[in-house]
Amino acid sequence: MSSRTRQAPVPRLILVMAAIAFAFLALPLIGLLVEAPWGQLPELLSTPAAQEALRLSLVTSITAAGIATMLGVPLAWVLARRSFPGRTLVRGLILIPLVLPPVVGGVALLTAFGRRGLIGQYLYDWFGIQLPFSTAGVIMAEAFVAMPFLVITVEGALRGMDGRFEDAARTLGASPTRVLFRVTTPLIAPSLIAGAVLAWARALGEFGATITFAGNFPGVTQTLPLAVYSALEVSREEAIALSVVLLAISFIVLISLRGRLLGGRG
Amino acid sequence: MNVGRTVRASSLLLTGLLITACSGGASSDSAASQVITVSAAASLTDAFTEIGTAYSASHPDVDVRFNFGGSSTLAEQINAGAPVDVFAAASDRAMRTTLEAGTVGSPAIFTRNSMAIAVPVGNPADITSLDGLANPDVTVVVCDEPAPCGSAARAIFDASGLTVTPASLEPDVRAVLTKVISDEADAGIVYRSDISAAGDTVESIDIPDSVNAVNEYPIAATTDAAPQAQDFIDFVLSDAGQSILTRWGFTSR
Repeated sequence: MSSRTRQAPVPRLILVMAAIAFAFLALPLIGLLVEAPWGQLPELLSTPAAQEALRLSLVTSITAAGIATMLGVPLAWVLARRSFPGRTLVRGLILIPLVLPPVVGGVALLTAFGRRGLIGQYLYDWFGIQLPFSTAGVIMAEAFVAMPFLVITVEGALRGMDGRFEDAARTLGASPTRVLFRVTTPLIAPSLIAGAVLAWARALGEFGATITFAGNFPGVTQTLPLAVYSALEVSREEAIALSVVLLAISFIVLISLRGRLLGGRG
Repeated sequence: MNVGRTVRASSLLLTGLLITACSGGASSDSAASQVITVSAAASLTDAFTEIGTAYSASHPDVDVRFNFGGSSTLAEQINAGAPVDVFAAASDRAMRTTLEAGTVGSPAIFTRNSMAIAVPVGNPADITSLDGLANPDVTVVVCDEPAPCGSAARAIFDASGLTVTPASLEPDVRAVLTKVISDEADAGIVYRSDISAAGDTVESIDIPDSVNAVNEYPIAATTDAAPQAQDFIDFVLSDAGQSILTRWGFTSR
């Protein structure tokens, strides 16, 4: 007998509700797949507009996830390991992008980095840098909404990890930097990967903050979700074809990393 | 296709029910006052609200109710049997849908809306005419082509022989205006009525009539309209109605 058959029995109600939850999440996706114009798919996806949107989406979402990781891990580390006045406030503030309607996030980015924004006005007046309507603007919008996912995941892991390994390394004479890279990072690696992938997935699907802050122009700021929205007005088939691509990319990546995600290793 | 139709049909049904519920409640005391329902394009919101107030002032026995929305959605509602008395559309195309379905009588053009260049207060890029938009250093935003304001902008650039590379193709005219008001864009192509509604938050530059794109707005009574419907249409076409429309940036018919 395998261990599977000896699993604790689950109340039937739980099974029914789990099935409803799965159907609720899966049915709209199945609807999209049923509706997809499979025959025309190669033709619809080989248009320059579709190719540009796909390329732009991959470049911007990977860059945004990279930035979110590079800056988010130190932030998570400080939040988990240092107590300072106003820490609760800081933690609350960085979680706001999670609940903020993305369009509001875009407006907020404009007030900070737009041509008349708090910082943006100096970027524009002194260096002639205009972030709205640029690919850099897309990456910023995506990183803004994606970074909180990484920070909460990594901070949770740092708080939950066994501190004795780090203590041992320190008493053996390892410098703080060495402890961070040789002990701490390997220990939280699964959460770090999970956080980075969540951040990437969020960046890939980003729409509201991008269209508000960076605008919508093919090849420069029109990512896949924006292309889907533009196509919806003209050709439903094209919009669904693009959506299927978005779905496929995220599905493949999430499935292939599932083993390492959320602590389930295998 | 089918899913889209079902969703649209059910939202139409819901709207229809809501309209029925509203007018049903009112018609129970029809002896006291007559209700007419006017479905009007979203761009007419300000102007028609004022026209409704003015009309009710001179016709205290008639209660005018408005249902503002996208012209094509309004047309579909009427074709689906929504109890509407008057249809005022922002485009000939939407009106033709109802004409072909036989749900409205013959329409009359009651106003026009042309396009204009909106620039931020102070005109930071010193734009003086349409030609200025062709300068690659000028950040121009326009509507995406599926939106009527997008095809209008395209038509204007084509007619004037200008090569304009927009920084962004916005989903609707409000988004274009917002980008200009917040000074993220140096210029945008919007409806003249939008500039009037925006007040002193933007400045505008005229587009010459020879290249401008003009939307004609048709109005018609539905085939099963209340008798007062034609009276309301006549009021819109009268000097009083026309002056209100002009005040909101529309061009007199």
